[in-house]
Amino acid sequence: MSDEVLFFQEFYITGGDFSSAGTVSTEIKSILKEIGFHPTVVRRAAIACYEAEMNVTMYAERGTVRLSASPAAIKVQFEDRGPGIADISLAMQEGYSTATPEMREIGFGAGMGLPNIKKNSDVFDLSSDVGKGTTLDITINA
Amino acid sequence: MNLKELCGILKCEVLVGEHLEDVEVEGVCAADLMSDVLAFTNAGSVLLTGLSNVQSVITTHVAEVIAVVYVRGKKPDADALKLAGQKGIPLLASPLSMYEACGRLWKEGLKIGSELGG
Repeated sequence: MSDEVLFFQEFYITGGDFSSAGTVSTEIKSILKEIGFHPTVVRRAAIACYEAEMNVTMYAERGTVRLSASPAAIKVQFEDRGPGIADISLAMQEGYSTATPEMREIGFGAGMGLPNIKKNSDVFDLSSDVGKGTTLDITINA
Repeated sequence: MNLKELCGILKCEVLVGEHLEDVEVEGVCAADLMSDVLAFTNAGSVLLTGLSNVQSVITTHVAEVIAVVYVRGKKPDADALKLAGQKGIPLLASPLSMYEACGRLWKEGLKIGSELGG
C-alpha cells in the first residue's frame, strides 16, 4: 500500500492539565475512524496515543503531537519539553513508575504505559534528552 | 447476556444509555487502573470500576469497551456524564462491592473480557 501522506495534523498538550487529558487521543481516534482504517488498527492507534498523551500530561511541561496517515500506516510523533527520561530501559519495564499519588488517583501511573504503547505499535522509537524533553515516534501499520 | 439483564443482576441505576436490551455483553473486565484496562481488556467487554472521573469514560471509548458499571455506589462526575452522553456510552451505577458484582456475573457464566482470561 502507498505511503503517500493523505492526512497530517498537529495537536498540542499542556502538561498538568488533567481535565483535558485524553482529548487529543479521542480526536485522533475519530479522524482515523473517519479516514476508514480497520477498527483493529484504529483501536491500537488510539490506545497507544492515549497512553502517550497521558505521559506528556503527567510528566512534561507541554507537548506537540504530529499525526500523519497514509494508506500503508499511521505515524504519530509525541515531542515534549520536560524533564526527560534518564534511563529508558528502566522506564520500559512493566511496573516501573515515578508517578505521584495525584496521577494514580486518575487511574494512571502504574508503570504500564510505555510497554503498552510498544505493544500496540509496529515501530516504537523513544529518545530523550534529560532536562530538555522526550520524543516518541510510533507507527501502526494499516 | 444483554446489558439490561446485567443491570438487573447488579441492581444498577442507569445514568446514561437507552435500549440496553440491544447491547450484547461479550465479557467483563474489573479494574480501577485505566492502564490495565488499556493493556488487557478486549473490545466488547463491560468495565466494572470504582474510578468515577472522566478518564473512565475516555478509556472506555478508546478501548472500545461497551459500557461502564461504577461499583460500591460510586457515581461518575459531571465531565464523565457529559462525555458518555456525547459518545453514546452507557453508564450504570451498582450499589454492590466489586467482589460481589464480579461474583454475580461470573456465576451467570460471563467470560473474562481480557487477555488474561483462561
